[in-house]
Amino acid sequence: MSRDRLSRRDGLALAAGLVGLSLLPRAAAAEMPAAARAALDRVLAGRAAEEGGITLRLPAIAENGNSVPMAVIVDSPMTAADHIRTIHVFADRNPTPEVALFRLTPAMGRAQVETRIRLGETQDVIAVAETSTGRLMIGRAEVKVTIGGCGG
Amino acid sequence: MSAPMGQPRLRLPQQIRTGEIIEIRTLISHIMETGQRRNAEGQIVPRDIIKSFVCRFDGQEVFSMELAPAIAANPYIAFPLKVEGPGTLELVWTNDAGEERRATAQLRPA
Repeated sequence: MSRDRLSRRDGLALAAGLVGLSLLPRAAAAEMPAAARAALDRVLAGRAAEEGGITLRLPAIAENGNSVPMAVIVDSPMTAADHIRTIHVFADRNPTPEVALFRLTPAMGRAQVETRIRLGETQDVIAVAETSTGRLMIGRAEVKVTIGGCGG
Repeated sequence: MSAPMGQPRLRLPQQIRTGEIIEIRTLISHIMETGQRRNAEGQIVPRDIIKSFVCRFDGQEVFSMELAPAIAANPYIAFPLKVEGPGTLELVWTNDAGEERRATAQLRPA
């Protein structure tokens, strides 16, 4: 499993080297279903998001898509001057791609949230974090789903 | 009629030091009906979810979450809080019908 992940990451790193880091989010999003693309675009609103700074802790394989543990951790000092304000989470192949919106404050001390999500099929989970200074970060993790969790 | 919202459960550390970042873990029982499922008669079961969660400390909002149908049944939500001094923690869950469940706890850091 970890070999798969490594090779995928290597591939991404190579792609980043070839096409330039700023192009990567769009290149990676090219295969994203239209509903997810639209949901993501509403949050980005034409602004660029940096890859990195976000850790999505999800199982590589979910036996049961009805309840998949997820933690999102964002690098941030969480001070009054510089903190994470929002984290949007999407599942790009769910019937409704929006999963959750978290609103954070410096009182938390750390930019970390945890919940359990439903995934209808194998797909990418995508998190977009916005800082109090208006910076956007994006991260993603693929989850292979054995039994889908959308009750369809 | 809305699906029942259970009594919320809240887990906090036994002892808290002033300035410590603690983890607040919460769970509430709820079916989280997605609005995409069909019943035995083939009709869509209407959406009925807990749509929002708010945490306040001494009346000040410190964390909140908007939930979509993609949140698993019996929503589990965990997040950190830096405890700078004593105060009241208040947690509120709201369903699609606007009904609320509330939990409170006194934080007394040593």
